[in-house]
Amino acid sequence: MAELGSFVLLLALALSGYSFLAGFFALAKSRPSSEQLGETARRAGIASFGAVLMAAVLLITAAFRNDFSIAYIFHHSNRDLPLPYKFATLWSGQEGSLVFWSLLLSGYGLVLRLRHKTDARLFAHASVVIAAVQVFFLLLLNFAAHPFAIMQGTLPADGNGLNPLLQYAEMVIHPPMLYLGYVGFTVPFAFALGALAMKYPGEKWIHITRRWTMVTWGFLTCGVFLGAHWAYNVLGWGGYWGWDPVENASLMPWLTGTAFLHSVMMQEKRGMLKTWNMWLVFSTFWLAILGTFLTRSGIISSVHAFAQSSIGDWFAWFLTISLGTFTFFFIKNRSHLRSEHKLESLISRESSFLFNNLLFVLACFTVLWGTWFPKISEWVQDTKVTVGAPFYNKVTIPVALLLLLLTAVGPLLAWRRTSLESLRRNFLWPSLGALLVGTAMVIFGVRPWKDLSYFYALIAAMLAALVALTVISEFVRGGRVIARHTGQGLLPSILHLWHRNTRRYGGYVVHFGVALVFIGILGTPFNREAEKEMTFGDTIAIGPYTLLCRSYTQEENANYSTELAIIQVFKGNPQIDTLYPESRFYPTSQQQQHIPAIRSTLKEDLYVVYEGQNPDTGRPIIKAHLNPLVSWIWIGLVVMVFGTVLALLPNAAQVRAAVPARLEAVPVGVGD
Amino acid sequence: MRRSLTIRGVPDFSRFVREVGLPPTKRIRLLATVLLGLLVLLGASDDSARVDRLGHQMMCVCGCNQILLECNHVGCTYSTRMRNELTTAVDQGDSDNTILQSFIRDYGTIVLAVPTNTGFNRLAWIMPYLALVIGITLVVFIVWAWRKRPLSIHAGVPVSVRGETLDRFREQARKETDL
Repeated sequence: MAELGSFVLLLALALSGYSFLAGFFALAKSRPSSEQLGETARRAGIASFGAVLMAAVLLITAAFRNDFSIAYIFHHSNRDLPLPYKFATLWSGQEGSLVFWSLLLSGYGLVLRLRHKTDARLFAHASVVIAAVQVFFLLLLNFAAHPFAIMQGTLPADGNGLNPLLQYAEMVIHPPMLYLGYVGFTVPFAFALGALAMKYPGEKWIHITRRWTMVTWGFLTCGVFLGAHWAYNVLGWGGYWGWDPVENASLMPWLTGTAFLHSVMMQEKRGMLKTWNMWLVFSTFWLAILGTFLTRSGIISSVHAFAQSSIGDWFAWFLTISLGTFTFFFIKNRSHLRSEHKLESLISRESSFLFNNLLFVLACFTVLWGTWFPKISEWVQDTKVTVGAPFYNKVTIPVALLLLLLTAVGPLLAWRRTSLESLRRNFLWPSLGALLVGTAMVIFGVRPWKDLSYFYALIAAMLAALVALTVISEFVRGGRVIARHTGQGLLPSILHLWHRNTRRYGGYVVHFGVALVFIGILGTPFNREAEKEMTFGDTIAIGPYTLLCRSYTQEENANYSTELAIIQVFKGNPQIDTLYPESRFYPTSQQQQHIPAIRSTLKEDLYVVYEGQNPDTGRPIIKAHLNPLVSWIWIGLVVMVFGTVLALLPNAAQVRAAVPARLEAVPVGVGD
Repeated sequence: MRRSLTIRGVPDFSRFVREVGLPPTKRIRLLATVLLGLLVLLGASDDSARVDRLGHQMMCVCGCNQILLECNHVGCTYSTRMRNELTTAVDQGDSDNTILQSFIRDYGTIVLAVPTNTGFNRLAWIMPYLALVIGITLVVFIVWAWRKRPLSIHAGVPVSVRGETLDRFREQARKETDL
């Protein structure tokens, strides 16, 4: 199996190499034979998908068959590992995750190459760029991080097993989502570089890549949030975001990708920001690779250090070469990227997009700066420093709040120019609603003058309310106009409205989800915690809850043994729940892990961790956290994904045709 | 005539002492004991707040990248010891600065959760704000430059538009007014 795996990886490299070189020469030379050469390049690219797929299937099969002669399987699996985690072995270690990355890239390439008739020449350029990226990953797999390397000496009876932190249901979903996002941004980048290299006229490449970008963004969003959810449910420190360099690595392309999703509308609608969009889509792709470099090189210390290896140099070279290539084509063809229109007013959709992009890129820069500063400090002053959560919280929260303000304001501004009367009409009621929320919070005990974090929480709540109310008012106002002209009820009219412009109204739903996420985050300053050594009958109070330690018990599983604390939860007199925080021990890897028990409500999470025994007294330690509003973060994610799906659905032309002609002239908002 | 001043809702302690008939010296002693108790309690609460605040300004140095008071690694060889050292230093009445300096001496500058606002480290704090200022300046400049840019078609000049150009303008109008 290892030999076959090695062979298909070499075959994939040969096919991708051919696809790149033949495609490149077919585009460079205008000969009659170039078309046939280009077609062979396309087909080689398609065939490379088959080869990489075969490699991935072989690796998974080896995991299922406990083939510990393959070093990768020995290091990342064991006989008792549950089947879903054996499947997840593919992306649990470095070599496997590179195979997975390569598989996704060739999958995206397959779809692109099959749809080449949309615009043969543009697709051929994009195909060459994708083949070039694919060649890099396959070179890595064949010569630096071989997934089918054979174990030396006597065959081991069992493997080392999967890292216990990764033995969690979400880890079967989180990495694929993140990789789908990372890899997916290669496609808009490939089209952008292709369009730049061939001086592609017009904005068609933007139209072609619009859905790719949205799908990719949706996957990356899911990946980032599922990572946060995993950290919250598995790491047991009571939080969901620790500003670890690897978390930052996933956030950076998300920030620039989100900026691109917005600024691309400027290019579509007004032919502006062409240069900016080119650099933005390149930065997103580049930051996705940089994230992998950070994870793999070990250049920056991280809790994800299990992934470190020597392939960092390869990534450094690839980052340099890709930056050089893009800069070369940009300098060569930058005259092609002149803006077609000018900005007419500061109070317009265009300027809101400019500020939105500024803030997203600034947030990205801040995260990048904070992530690299320890290394810069080491280079400059030979002193290691830490840039931890307090730095990021201090610097990024004001930027995030400004972005939330723009999320509320931006969509209601018109292209070109917005009148003050229109502003007043659109914002009066939502602003009053937001003020009401702020006043209510102060009445119910939030004292923004006591602590800066309370002040931020108050502002975030008011802005989240403003976003939610502006979104609702947009739907209701538009729905009412349609209802007036068609005689339908309000709800069918709102559906009708969404059908007319799915991207715009899907986008509004995403904004609504963002507001919910902020509501979830603003509970953080009000978190509480309590810790106590607890034996049978001991109690600990936190907020309105009293936790009673009923008992401790042990269980043996095939893959691990666990010690559970049985904690009864009381709110006032009645018992409302029983929680079972665990302390697990994995004999194969000799590692221990705490799994918290969480009682989640819309108001707050009661998060209980069994921290093991105090080494001095031998008594078990229970730590309880009371985290307000956390559920809203996950609800917000669901709403964001739902909004992305709504935005991806095609506009209903038949619905538009059925609407009376006079309705077409009715101003329902100000355009997307 | 002496009148005791009471605040509504607050028990009149001096009246209680008079009613139980304690002599003046014992009254003073009792009052001093109560005050001392209150001070100790307040001090204890202040100490735990200081431990909490300082513990959140430092990192666990085991490599977990977590704030000292949030590190929960099983068998972490650092966090328990560091927390005990912090509690002891606060109990001894050391100042915040003394405690932080002693931790830096023992564990290096990486023990601080954020770079200090001195020397080269100040750059860590300045750069994001500098980038914001530069960014805003740039956006304002772009807006200014775009607004100054001359229109390709001047208002008031009759222009005959037809064929492909007309289609292009129609497409532009459709995009800009698209619902």
